[in-house]
Amino acid sequence: MKRLLKGGRVVDPANGIDGILDIEIDGTRISRVGRDLPLDGASVVEIPAGVVLCPGFIDMHVHLREPGQEHKETVATGTASAVAGGFTAVACMPNTAPVNDSATVTALILAKAAAAALARVYPIGAVSKASKGELLADIGELKAAGCVAITDDGHPVATAMLLRRAMEYAGMFDIPLIEHCEDPSLKADGVAHEGYHAAALGLRGIPGACEALGVERGVLLAELTGSAFHVAHMSARASMRAVAKGKEAGIRVTCEVAPHHFTLTDESLSTPIPYDTNVKMNPPLRERADRDAMLAGIADGTVDVIATDHAPHHYDEKKVEFDRAPFGIVGLETAIPLSLDRLVHAGVIGLPRLVEMMSVNPARILRVPGGSLAPGSVADITVLAPDLQVRIDAKALRSKSKNTPFDGWELRGGVAATIVGGRTVFVNPTLTINGL
Amino acid sequence: MSIVDRPAEDTRTVTSLRRKDLLGIAELTPEEISLVLDTAEAMKEIGTRPIKKVPALRGKTVVNLFFEPSTRTRTSFEIAEKRLSADTLNIAIASSSVVKGETLVDTALNLEAMSPNMIVLRHSSSGACHLLSRICRSAIINAGDGMHEHPTQALLDGFTIRERKGRLRGLKVAIIGDLLHSRVLRSNIHLLTKMGAHVWVCGPPTLMPADIAQFGVTATSSVDEAVSDADVIMLLRIQLERMEGAYFPSLREYFSVFGMTEARLRLAQPDVIIMHPGPMNRGVEIASEVADGPYSVILDQVANGVAVRMAVLHLLASGSDHEEAA
Repeated sequence: MKRLLKGGRVVDPANGIDGILDIEIDGTRISRVGRDLPLDGASVVEIPAGVVLCPGFIDMHVHLREPGQEHKETVATGTASAVAGGFTAVACMPNTAPVNDSATVTALILAKAAAAALARVYPIGAVSKASKGELLADIGELKAAGCVAITDDGHPVATAMLLRRAMEYAGMFDIPLIEHCEDPSLKADGVAHEGYHAAALGLRGIPGACEALGVERGVLLAELTGSAFHVAHMSARASMRAVAKGKEAGIRVTCEVAPHHFTLTDESLSTPIPYDTNVKMNPPLRERADRDAMLAGIADGTVDVIATDHAPHHYDEKKVEFDRAPFGIVGLETAIPLSLDRLVHAGVIGLPRLVEMMSVNPARILRVPGGSLAPGSVADITVLAPDLQVRIDAKALRSKSKNTPFDGWELRGGVAATIVGGRTVFVNPTLTINGL
Repeated sequence: MSIVDRPAEDTRTVTSLRRKDLLGIAELTPEEISLVLDTAEAMKEIGTRPIKKVPALRGKTVVNLFFEPSTRTRTSFEIAEKRLSADTLNIAIASSSVVKGETLVDTALNLEAMSPNMIVLRHSSSGACHLLSRICRSAIINAGDGMHEHPTQALLDGFTIRERKGRLRGLKVAIIGDLLHSRVLRSNIHLLTKMGAHVWVCGPPTLMPADIAQFGVTATSSVDEAVSDADVIMLLRIQLERMEGAYFPSLREYFSVFGMTEARLRLAQPDVIIMHPGPMNRGVEIASEVADGPYSVILDQVANGVAVRMAVLHLLASGSDHEEAA
């Protein structure tokens, strides 16, 4: 069965396309792209003016919490959240219980994902067994089972020696090492960015240098090993400088920034709700100069990827003293509105650059299908409504957890629909697009 | 923070604290601070009577909920509550029962179910009082939360200074010690800058909060500079375990660089007063000769604590009575 998506703006930077075009989907793949395509037996979907078709967005930093923490999220609820947020694929972090350090856990996640049949799920395996930082995990077996990268996320790889070995070893399988960059001794028991607001509230600080030291370490070892090194959830201006310098030197380093780090600052610790545990994440919300450096890196191309670090936590776990609350917020369903509002409509970047960071680059870094709408590609399509007025409602999130600081925010730009493998898995209930 | 555009200390219009809670000095206006200090003067007189009791809080229930050990503050609150005829009860919860599983929120909701009027909370987590203020109908009085604030301590310090100096405006106040971990410091900075004093803070750079200048104070690691011409010197406790965090090498070295000695005192104004929120480490942040000397008002601070806490309890209670009436 063929469907012809007619008359939408197609933004496909991998193929240098930005214009009003038709896209034909045949089964699970894109069969034709062009202007005023003849029908050829396809059913027609008229795309309303102002709606944009992009290669499917891939969130390469998500915590699905299954196995072991199903009270926070499951593969099913997490992928429901993903497609409602416009993501056709997510890569999930291995800090589950047990840790995804074996083909068995990887297989379980993939089986759950197949049963949910919503977004594609790409497991990320652990660097070390149980992410303890001692022995390497069975990286070859993880890759064979379906893992697309390795990381000990939640923590940095314990030692420079282990990080070096992991990069060398993973290089053989051509999968990137994703690093939660942090110097544990500088973080200590810090809970918020070290600056005026944490000082005024009496919260223990984590300086930007804590992250940047980890970035510098990884960049140096990427140079030494020649392997691909990806910096997760970057927040500090010194980290951005380290990545830019590394790229300039031709080192294989890439990086991602989360929407909360290009939107919020540590001022959110004090206002509107003092000590709101929904602004507690690691790395922390940093000061204005750091936030502005994230925006600059997004604008100048230093930033490769926007990833959410979707970190669901049960409300009980967040309804505690600030220093006892777990780090992290959900992000899958707020990423596109924040990116469109704060980056595209604010004039920081154009839509093609956004698609590059949310589709093309994650597909390239993880070496997974997608990132392109060329004929023959998988029919993973994110359909955007860039001018839709969106009001974030935490209660209405598909995620099992509601821990977001953006509840009640009014933003310009949302998701119209999400198509995975030619199948429409989400349509925004406030819009009607016949035949989609 | 400009001190120019703040109203003079004697132009008060407020007659009660029209707020549910006392979470910190940061939220208070200079008028509210003056109101507490003035009210404390009247309360202090009650302590000189043969029968030290008035019926202001009769029929009100006040829970002193202390998650950290405290002798001075808890006793001071309890005496203040009793002098105002409140029904008081003390709950001291070792942090071990947190391990047993009940959260702070659940503990508070259980107390709430028994309808107390006020909860005086001491807790090791900064922001614990804010958390309870959002879920409790009872008035929450902060008796010290983590490294954040200790508002009644700053109020009693302000009261003691005003009693000795007749004013706060224009005074040079030097606060010396572990600035980073001190809730007393944060509350005092808010109170003293709001009331027009010039605040100098002094300690090793390792024990200074980030961006301290943004607090509207002058920061220095030179004790001599901080103490020079000071009207008030306030010393903060150096916790012995700080050496393990490599904040400074030894207590001996701390005392030689920062300890308040009689020799250093001579740089200050001739009528300088010496304050300490307690408990003191003699021979670490303060020499015994200074603690016990003629400039010391350390025990006045303790005495005034009762009057100031009576004032806070009374003003919060009458504020909530107004609201109930309206």
